[in-house]
Amino acid sequence: MSESVLSVRDLRVRIGRRDIVRGISFDVAREQTLGIVGESGSGKSMTVLAATGLLDVPGAVVTGTSTLEGESGPIQLVGASARVLRSVHGGRIGFVFQDPGTSLNPLLTLERQITESLEAHRNQTRRQARTRALELLEAVDLPDPEARLGSYPHQLSGGQRQRVMIAIALACDPELLIADEPTTSLDVTTQAQIIDLVRDLQRDFATAVVWISHDLGVIGQVADDVTVLQEGQAVEQAATSDIFSSPQHPYTRKLLEARPAIGAPGPAPVAGDGKVLLKVGGLDVRFPITTAVGRSTVHAVKGLSFQIRRGTTLGLVGESGSGKSTVAGALTGLVKPDGGTATLDGTDVLGVRGAERKALRKRISLVFQDPYTSLNPRSRVGVTIAEPLFVHALASSKQNRQARVAELLDLVGLPTSFASRYPHELSGGQRQRVSIARALATEPDLLILDESTASLDVSVQARVLDLLLDLQTEMGLTYLFIAHDLAVVQQMSHEVLVMRDGMAIEYRPAADLFAEPEQDYTRDLLAAVPTRLPYSAS
Amino acid sequence: MTDLSTDESTRVASWRLLLRNPVTVVSAVVLAAIVVVALTAQWIAPFGFNDIDVPNALAPPSGTHWFGTDELGRDVFSRVLVAIQASMRVAVVSVAFAVVVGVTIGVVAGYRGGWVDTVFMRVVDVMFAFPVLLLALAVVAILGPGATTTMLAIGIVYTPIFARVARASSLSVRVEPFVQASQTMGTGPMYILRRHILPNISGPLIVQTSLSLAFAILSEAALSFLGLGIQPPQPSLGRMIFDSQGFVTLAWWMAVFPGAAIFVAVLAFNLLGDGLRDVLDPKQRTMIEARRQR
Repeated sequence: MSESVLSVRDLRVRIGRRDIVRGISFDVAREQTLGIVGESGSGKSMTVLAATGLLDVPGAVVTGTSTLEGESGPIQLVGASARVLRSVHGGRIGFVFQDPGTSLNPLLTLERQITESLEAHRNQTRRQARTRALELLEAVDLPDPEARLGSYPHQLSGGQRQRVMIAIALACDPELLIADEPTTSLDVTTQAQIIDLVRDLQRDFATAVVWISHDLGVIGQVADDVTVLQEGQAVEQAATSDIFSSPQHPYTRKLLEARPAIGAPGPAPVAGDGKVLLKVGGLDVRFPITTAVGRSTVHAVKGLSFQIRRGTTLGLVGESGSGKSTVAGALTGLVKPDGGTATLDGTDVLGVRGAERKALRKRISLVFQDPYTSLNPRSRVGVTIAEPLFVHALASSKQNRQARVAELLDLVGLPTSFASRYPHELSGGQRQRVSIARALATEPDLLILDESTASLDVSVQARVLDLLLDLQTEMGLTYLFIAHDLAVVQQMSHEVLVMRDGMAIEYRPAADLFAEPEQDYTRDLLAAVPTRLPYSAS
Repeated sequence: MTDLSTDESTRVASWRLLLRNPVTVVSAVVLAAIVVVALTAQWIAPFGFNDIDVPNALAPPSGTHWFGTDELGRDVFSRVLVAIQASMRVAVVSVAFAVVVGVTIGVVAGYRGGWVDTVFMRVVDVMFAFPVLLLALAVVAILGPGATTTMLAIGIVYTPIFARVARASSLSVRVEPFVQASQTMGTGPMYILRRHILPNISGPLIVQTSLSLAFAILSEAALSFLGLGIQPPQPSLGRMIFDSQGFVTLAWWMAVFPGAAIFVAVLAFNLLGDGLRDVLDPKQRTMIEARRQR
């Protein structure tokens, strides 16, 4: 191996009495990409923040060494002074973080944000820095860089913002690029582009890259070597191809198995021909938007039609902004549609009022994406699950309600003692199970799952998906499964509807669609999903 | 995935953080003492608050009369104790009035939105525009001076503050997914307000209550000083300072002790409010943590 740029030895982070990072060592060399993979809470961000001196948590104690090699001799980053760190950050180490929406200053033009570090570290003049900024924006493939220099972050899409973040990170030709979940909040097609971009830039600039991700699929695409973290410890460190072909540690194997990938078998076909439960025709939703310059409308859903048979799952796929969540909102009364019809077993869904409306709410349930915000933090789990029972007077007494709550907790695989807990005492997966239990409390005909597993760790996601499949088989539930992840949709759905810009692009049985996509857009989506094999093997 | 936040145990930690702040603990203890004094003033006062003893008039503080006596020989210490009771009663009742009326207006306006919000908040704006003394004068003109009038006047003045705090917090809570989840179940607005909105806006309201109590004590003293508040012979802190004006050069204790009582009570409520804000208001919370790190 060539000489390493960053070498970390026995790094430990302790906060209070908790050991967050427990003795991690790794090296990363020029032109090499090290992938750090692990589930949430495994300490991967902490490791990298501590190694680069960016850790800013009160009471955190960092020990071990982290050496940045350079022409002017090695620099010790653990315990370095603020002055040393300032000279290194931005100049010799570039950072790209997860959320491109918040890591750019909304009040500064792109030019100012890119030239900031150039003027600070390279003592360049405005003019020199501007030329360099143009080069960088070209390097990250931002269309029309000249015009973009004067724009503000809100004028860019999420993917474009992340390109700008990368441009900023690379501005001073850093030896080391730290990318902390840089593609997690992006759509799959955008993710694939960013991965390609970083790979190209690394080749051109010979940078060392540390890429953190929870997604082994992404790591497989970008990394040469992988460090697998579990509870603050490196359980396996090997070349990417070895990790994929012969994982040594059981945890690595678990992560690999839990990872959804295209090609998984779909759900069991439903016996007999189920009657149509939900029928949607020509659904149309517009949102009025009032801005400083005037009013406009966003046409979120444009004449969408579909139907779902009882006991089956319709997968609704699309990238962010395609209007898929708006469909869920319209069916549950959160959003007022402008046109179209929807019937549930012959009952009108969109136009009902009063008592009929309340009766309908009982028959359609919705499970939200974020398990951290969809439960009232001030209510015990038992109260949360009992809410629909209470609202629809489904249990005659307190004892009956408690019994039903216990039954529902059991159904979603949680101990009944959880009824007396608060949401903050539960993990993400457990909370999402509580959300599902709440949604099932009224024995609904239709369960809408709006990205319900998207913010869970892969292993937790796999278990929740299994639970949903089991519940469907046992209880004959009907799902509208909304997701951006095609692999998960394939695993769950009998039929799939691909949405783009509020319209249906392709609507077919899942098996046919995945075997032979008819539309280019569907093919692009499928191609963008990280494959089962690492990049080096393909 | 950055798992740096420790929201896992925010609520438990809140109280622990509160106890870790010595200023907050001291102010809480002082307030507890004030409350005990207010509840038991009649029994612990060494003299009757209106017992006149002219031969001993204007006596300086001594073993018998800890805070001295006034121009009629009344024991200042006993009068301060009873006046604290009156002040606290006015402050608590008026702020309770403001909380009940203001929070109701604010929560309904914030949750319903639309024209209800517009009408309610414009009314609140009008109420906000009145200076406390001007409003008190108007109320006194109608009802005549007295403790009830003072409570009403201060209550009306503080209502808009609670309405605004409650509205702003409800606006942010009402778009939370757990509220939407409840709406998709067909839950009625009353249930959502009671179960989901109120418990989740309690933090800023508790802070505001503590700070408002401090200002209510000050307002009551000001009104009584002007003769619009609590009427003699019932002692009040503001009135005692007013009465001492003619004797400041002869008997400093007549002004200093009632003034000190106001000072201590207001300071304690303010410091407690600041401490509560630091732990209950998440945005301020990060500031204190940042401060502590340095």
